[in-house]
Amino acid sequence: MAFTLYSLIQAAILCVNAVAVLHEERFLSKIGWGVDQTVGGFGDEPGIKVQLMNLVRSVRTVMRVPLIAVNAVCIVLLLLFG
Amino acid sequence: MDYTATQSGFRQQPNMRLRTSLVDGSEGSQLFEDTSGAASGPQKGFSNQQARPQAEGFPGQSILSDPMSNLAMAYGSSLASQGREMVDKNLDRFIPISKLKYYFAVDTVYVGKKLGLLVFPYMHDNWEVSYQQDTPVAPRFDVNAPDLYIPAMGFITYILVAGLALGTQNKFSPELLGVQASSALVWLIMEVLAVLLSLYLVTVNTDLTTIDLLAFSGYKYVGMIVGVVTGLLFGRPAYYLSLLWCCVAIFVFMIRTLRLKLLSEAAAEGRLVRGARNQLRMYLTMSIAAAQPIFMFWLTYHLIR
Repeated sequence: MAFTLYSLIQAAILCVNAVAVLHEERFLSKIGWGVDQTVGGFGDEPGIKVQLMNLVRSVRTVMRVPLIAVNAVCIVLLLLFG
Repeated sequence: MDYTATQSGFRQQPNMRLRTSLVDGSEGSQLFEDTSGAASGPQKGFSNQQARPQAEGFPGQSILSDPMSNLAMAYGSSLASQGREMVDKNLDRFIPISKLKYYFAVDTVYVGKKLGLLVFPYMHDNWEVSYQQDTPVAPRFDVNAPDLYIPAMGFITYILVAGLALGTQNKFSPELLGVQASSALVWLIMEVLAVLLSLYLVTVNTDLTTIDLLAFSGYKYVGMIVGVVTGLLFGRPAYYLSLLWCCVAIFVFMIRTLRLKLLSEAAAEGRLVRGARNQLRMYLTMSIAAAQPIFMFWLTYHLIR
């Protein structure tokens, strides 16, 4: 219950890490969540699953490099200050 | 003797300055003589007569009446204004200040009506936000427009009331205020992020901005404060009753406000529209509205024991 902003940041880093480690061809395609499996419908009904797949793919694309830096900083801070 | 020496010394200094433009070096010995506390009295009076707000002792006084120091002061103030411009420009990139000003354009009548609406939304008929040439009207003119004044004030008041309530339980310490504040802030941020995520997943085309969502999530603090204050005044049953009333009121308020923004026009008018997408939107509206009473209870039950 006693949350701090720092714990929120840590939780966010962990969640983004979890999304970033989902491998495209080893895992996501196997369970039918690969981006080549989105049906390119032209209607305005993308559906939740397609949106989620797009979200996962975009998070992985965008956050891969910044996550390296953020994780390094987080590791150093945790080593220094516990 | 000391006073006259210093006073005459000070009165001589302006004349000296008229003759020589650079005087900093020559005042060294004079300045060091006047380090006694007794000399600071008349000298401070002298500086007050000069009406210099920054006179901190004799070095300051002599420096300020110097043309070089005028230049330095002007340069310093121009630097400060440049720095402020730069900060404003960069800050505007991260936090849209001009958009924020819209949300604080409130007046007393609006705040009163909105607070009444938050506690008793059952008699209000027209929940639409009125527009003026594509831009929403300022909250001052439309009671349905979201604002950030009430959520901000409600948040601060909630923290103070929480401190008060914890004090009645003999659990208060000043750090606890900070803990409560950051805790409530974290829950608020998580709620806004969750709503944003679910809005993205359901692909709702809405003109709800993040700040609007922040405003709507902040309205529950009003109900929380009412519940906690009645609980402090009248005991636990009163707390439960008033919290129940405020929870139902916030639920109805959120549903009626979000219905117009999230649902399609046909569904918003009350007609039953079939279709998976509209159903999903209805569920989304209901869950956003249902999350408010849950948070209201979660954030206040530990305050009334």
